[in-house]
Amino acid sequence: MPSPLLELRDVSLSFGRVHVLKGVSFDVFPGEIVALVGDNGAGKSSLIKVVTGVHRRTGGEITFRGRPIAVTSVRESREMGIETVYQERALADQQELWRNVFVGRELTTVAGFLDIPRQKEETRRLLREYMGFTSEAIDIDTEVKSLSGGEKQGVAIARALYFNAELIILDEPTSGLAVSEQRKVLSFIRGIRDKGKTAIFIDHNIFHVHDVADRFVILDKGRVAAQFAKHEITRDELIDMMVELHNKGAIVQ
Amino acid sequence: MMASDHPIRRFLSRNRAPVLVTCLWAALYLVYIIGAPQVFLSPGIYAALMGTLAFSGILAIGATYVVTLGEIDLSFPSIMGLSAWVFAHSYATLGSFPLSLVFCLGVGFTLGLLNGLAITKVGVPSIVLTIGTMFLWRGLVHVLVQGQSIVLSQLDGTVWNALLVGRVAGYVPAQFIWFLALAVALGLVYRYHRFGSHVLFTGDDATSARMVGIDTDLVKIKCFVLIGVLAAVAGLLSLAFNQSFFPSHGDSMLLPTLAAVFIGGTSVFGGKGTMWGTFMGVLIMGSLETGIVALGLTGFWYQFIAGLTIVASVILYALLLRKVN
Ligand SMILES: Nc1ncnc2c1ncn2[C@@H]1O[C@H](COP(=O)(O)OP(=O)(O)OP(=O)(O)O)[C@@H](O)[C@H]1O
Ligand SMILES: [Mg+2]
Repeated sequence: MPSPLLELRDVSLSFGRVHVLKGVSFDVFPGEIVALVGDNGAGKSSLIKVVTGVHRRTGGEITFRGRPIAVTSVRESREMGIETVYQERALADQQELWRNVFVGRELTTVAGFLDIPRQKEETRRLLREYMGFTSEAIDIDTEVKSLSGGEKQGVAIARALYFNAELIILDEPTSGLAVSEQRKVLSFIRGIRDKGKTAIFIDHNIFHVHDVADRFVILDKGRVAAQFAKHEITRDELIDMMVELHNKGAIVQ
Repeated sequence: MMASDHPIRRFLSRNRAPVLVTCLWAALYLVYIIGAPQVFLSPGIYAALMGTLAFSGILAIGATYVVTLGEIDLSFPSIMGLSAWVFAHSYATLGSFPLSLVFCLGVGFTLGLLNGLAITKVGVPSIVLTIGTMFLWRGLVHVLVQGQSIVLSQLDGTVWNALLVGRVAGYVPAQFIWFLALAVALGLVYRYHRFGSHVLFTGDDATSARMVGIDTDLVKIKCFVLIGVLAAVAGLLSLAFNQSFFPSHGDSMLLPTLAAVFIGGTSVFGGKGTMWGTFMGVLIMGSLETGIVALGLTGFWYQFIAGLTIVASVILYALLLRKVN
């Protein structure tokens, strides 16, 4: 067994008195796709934000490539090789596409001035490669606000894939997309594994999850309820389990 | 993709605000020239205008950054006053220009830093905090000077004075050159530098900005430091221009400066603006008083016409935005 790329040990997160994560532990091994599943509000998005440094964890250990990491900022996690498609997409509406793609990782010439021709060229290329958008279809000078919801998502996904990170995290990348676009996104996620990279994938659609992922981590109210390798559980069993967890939660409340 | 393919129409549709304010500026100066040709066809008036609008112009550059963040600074006239007093006092007592310059800029830097820290790290809304610091630093000036003014006649005739407020080629006021140089440099940074991009992102959507790794607190602090330092520069230049320090130094700058930024199309909601627009706004606001008098109206009309200009331009922007969305 290879050593894990990412190890979470007893990770917790609280917002004041609200305990969102209550000691989460699991491993992600190099070259695998781990699906993080769970009810609305289970803490999936919060967990990945702890890994990327958007939230400061209140307890526990995180190890990446064998080294314990503090992750005090997103810049730090990006520099270590973690790219993320957040559920909120993290695009700025009034800025041009070519600014959005490279923000935080600008291509520069001298003294921090932007290399705008190169940013534009690369933006055209990555939209063509990763979303199948032709350069005619989307004008890279347009502001993000004039794109459709699915197009915005495409840009966010293309941005994460472009930087060829070691670990790519995708939080509900297929939600709100047309079926053909969902297919495209799923095949990009498989492509991550084919390139020998690693992914964490969050999706409420168990058909997608079971189809693409190698392993499932089930999160329930801030705790890991169960973990399965793909061969240990069928799609229907996974669905039953999710429904059961949901109903149990509903009864408790 | 809805922009038309013709490059000129593309340019116009992407630069509505700067184009609009440029038209406004051209129309206004045309009115001046037609209404008062004897004044506005002589070069002397332009030298005079350049000499007086530079101070507010330098402040407006900094205000453009702060407004782009979706923040506001109301304390820069007081920072200008206090840093100018520090210069005047230290120059009058120590006689060293370089040392006094360092103190003056240091005060601007420090007061800007304090604003930035209180807004980001403590979490006081900028409009509330800077109302406070506006009174605080102006109050400190009043306490320090006790109603006295400081005359700086010993600055007259020095090379420093020529550098700050002399005439270049016997015509262009040096303070206008300073304004121009700062506007060009900081305009380039605003649009083409990594820092400018981070300011735009932070103002547009601070949550997204943090998710892509921008330290939004640091960006904000830097912008408040920038306007603080620019206020010190404006304070020094206007001090050299007037050759004396009054306790109200800078007080009249607040509203014309912010008006210039808003006329220039920088959005009060953050994330959008241009330095060109601000530059045009400064040329408009800085000419109104002179223009109105030259047109034969009394100075009493100034506020009314300034108000009309501001209201008309911001209504136009609001309509433009509504059309786009
Ligand atoms: N900034 C915050 N402050 C306070 N509570 C928060 C904050 N962010 C998230 N929470 C709470 O943490 C819990 C988990 O939220 P999270 O977004 O991680 O869930 P999720 O599993 O991603 O759900 P979904 O499937 O709906 O996206 C929720 O109860 C939410 O209200
Ligand atoms: Mg979520």
